[in-house]
Amino acid sequence: MPNSRTVSQPAITQAVVTARSSTLRTTAGLSEFEVSRLAAELDAIRAEVMGDLGAADADYIRRVIAVQRGLEFGGRALLMVSLFPPAWLAGTGALAVAKILENMEIGHNVLHGQWDWMGDPEIHSTTWEWDAVSPAAGWKRSHNVVHHTYTNILGKDRDLGYSAIRVDPAQPWKPIHLFQPLYNLGLSLGFEYGIAIYDLELDKVAAGDKPWSQARAEIGGLWQKIRRQWIKDYVAFPLLSGPAAPTTLVANVVANVARNVWGHTVIFCGHFPAGAQTFTEDQLVDESPGGWYIRQVLGSANLDGPPLLHLMTGNLSHQIEHHLFPDMPSNRYAEIAPKVREVCARYGLPYTSGSLPRQYAGVLLTIARLALPGGGRRVAGGENAGWM
Amino acid sequence: MITSLPSLPIGLRRLRDAAERLTTPLLPDDYLAMINPLWSARELRGRIVSVVPETADSATLTIAPGAGWRFEHRPGQYVGIGAALHGRFRWRSYSLTSVPTARTDTLTITVKAMPEGMLSGHLVRGLEPGTVVRLARPEGDFFLPEPPPPRLLFITTGSGITPVMAILRTMDRRGSMTDVVLVHSVPDPEAMLFRAELHDLRDHHPSFRLHEQFSRRDGRISLTHDLQRLCPDWRERQAWVCGTDSLLEEAGRVWADANRAPSLHREKFASARIGNASAGGSVRFSTSGFAVETDGATTLLEAGERAGILMPFGCRMGICRTCVLPLTAGRVRDLRTGTEHEGGHQMIQTCINAPAGDCVLDI
Ligand SMILES: Cc1cc2nc3c(=O)[nH]c(=O)nc-3n(C[C@H](O)[C@H](O)[C@H](O)COP(=O)(O)OP(=O)(O)OC[C@H]3O[C@@H](n4cnc5c(N)ncnc54)[C@H](O)[C@@H]3O)c2cc1C
Ligand code: FES
Repeated sequence: MPNSRTVSQPAITQAVVTARSSTLRTTAGLSEFEVSRLAAELDAIRAEVMGDLGAADADYIRRVIAVQRGLEFGGRALLMVSLFPPAWLAGTGALAVAKILENMEIGHNVLHGQWDWMGDPEIHSTTWEWDAVSPAAGWKRSHNVVHHTYTNILGKDRDLGYSAIRVDPAQPWKPIHLFQPLYNLGLSLGFEYGIAIYDLELDKVAAGDKPWSQARAEIGGLWQKIRRQWIKDYVAFPLLSGPAAPTTLVANVVANVARNVWGHTVIFCGHFPAGAQTFTEDQLVDESPGGWYIRQVLGSANLDGPPLLHLMTGNLSHQIEHHLFPDMPSNRYAEIAPKVREVCARYGLPYTSGSLPRQYAGVLLTIARLALPGGGRRVAGGENAGWM
Repeated sequence: MITSLPSLPIGLRRLRDAAERLTTPLLPDDYLAMINPLWSARELRGRIVSVVPETADSATLTIAPGAGWRFEHRPGQYVGIGAALHGRFRWRSYSLTSVPTARTDTLTITVKAMPEGMLSGHLVRGLEPGTVVRLARPEGDFFLPEPPPPRLLFITTGSGITPVMAILRTMDRRGSMTDVVLVHSVPDPEAMLFRAELHDLRDHHPSFRLHEQFSRRDGRISLTHDLQRLCPDWRERQAWVCGTDSLLEEAGRVWADANRAPSLHREKFASARIGNASAGGSVRFSTSGFAVETDGATTLLEAGERAGILMPFGCRMGICRTCVLPLTAGRVRDLRTGTEHEGGHQMIQTCINAPAGDCVLDI
């Protein structure tokens, strides 16, 4: 592996434009040679971290898990006496934070295999199940395989708008999109159900690409999981609270909804704000590892903020780093982010990043604008979106 | 291997099933483990109680196992120990040296630090009391039958004494010491494990005979030449042999030549590896979709673990077949024999096979 810091790199801007238009699109104007050198530099960043993983990283994830379980336990205990309003408030808050940590910094990242290297069967992508209605198995397929491979490719990355929302002017407009600001709100409130239904890939079943028998088995599994989640949050714990059953029930609903809204916000900020680009399927033809890296950078957007924000977003605030290295333990993204940014700057790749309120406002505006036909010229792979 | 839970008393199991409604998708154990790791029966665990040096490079580890453990092993069996080293769990097998009895809450193993070994040095020198390790259930068919045969012969070298020590201690404790001969070879008296205790046993049990061979002084044991002298009636005895590869092979030959193969029991601690560090290839794990490049001396089991895959395993020495997986394509080499196996849904032991070129495993 070449060491990125010993090789001196001339400043490269988007100067070298090759003649083939397909190359032009996938490589952001870099020559094949530059693309392969970019890939080598990013590979070196990855290799350095992966070779350095050790006890401190293992301690990190165990600590996060301990904090999360402590918060959940504490929150649920407080809710037992939630007739007392401050207990309700604190309990609901603790439970919501626990559920967010569980889904984002723990679940999402464990299911990505970021912690598989520890060889711990209790913190492993093949054994983990998360506190959400969607079974981990279906999510791993649709998220890890489809979304991370075909990031932001229209017609391939089913995460792009989660099939139903028009987030890019290149998606054809349909009358249903008039209502998308409304159903986006619905998706936000019930995000975990949205993901669960999305993971069933019913559109593929309709198209005949996925056998109905398989979908039926998955629906069975989903129903099992939903039932277990409902019994826990909406029956068992409220009953345990005795007289505080109604307030506990409300608290659990609020915690789940808060988690859903937060997850929806973070994830929509990861790929759909201004600056993040989309691609067409011909980008995939002969895509080199470097080309894949470039697409990840161009298709993702980071969130700026304090360490607490990074933790609560499961480090998806480092969406660019996560998409470049999905199996790198999330606690390492912050340390490589400046290096990745520096490499991007040198190769003239736009590195999109902004505060959460700014990015999210942009996403909401886009959804509102694209509810109507047209929406400006957002050329696949072009410069920062011109329609905002 | 992962989801099957160790057996618990029925009352506790019911309670746990009920509590699971509250902890889903986790288990109650996952929360209990936050308070005390030993309260979780999800994975077998143990806490290191003490590490007591035996010789310059070996120590006896006393381990208090957690929920789900049953003190039901047979004397001579081994356990798997998984310890975290630089954040990664590494697993090795060690013979239990403690007596199986319900009246205890600890077990012991005795470990010799291997030069350049990955885990044994850490177990001997790097484990603080209080450290929590993973355990795998006792296994192995190198154990003393009940009741003990009337006439026994043990031949051991080095740390190969460990399973035999468990057997001797059990017979001593239960007052069932039959006519026993132990032929034990070590480089010198300082390197000998359990020396004082073995002398004690000899002094207390007239039916127990001990032959110590110090190979620096007396030379190595040759079964072909010395056995008749050391134990003239060896053909009439049930024999247990544990030690180096060459000792085990020689024993196999000698007992087979005498038509006594059925009365020979052997335990292997380590396999000589024929691997070629320059050969090798890429190993693809088809279900999980990972691929790793390895040399021809790294086992498929190690390669998979390096890729973070939860590979099934037991003894890690080619004995128990827990690690068997389908080889879908490619070619692998058995590191003990050098034999090659071709893919095509053949079942192969991952712990003693290394890639000979690119290959695909179904996991
Ligand atoms: C059933 C059973 C019972 C056992 N009981 C005991 C016991 O009671 N006490 C005990 O001390 N041990 C016991 N062992 C041995 C133990 O499991 C370990 O193998 C031993 O402790 C060495 O582990 P390690 O990680 O230190 O060495 P490893 O890293 O596994 O290496 C072992 C030896 O092989 C060499 N080696 C490593 N990799 C290679 C390679 N690629 N090619 C060639 N050589 C290599 C090393 O230099 C080292 O000397 C038992 C083994 C079995 C199978
Ligand atoms: S692990 Fe026992 S035979 Fe491979």
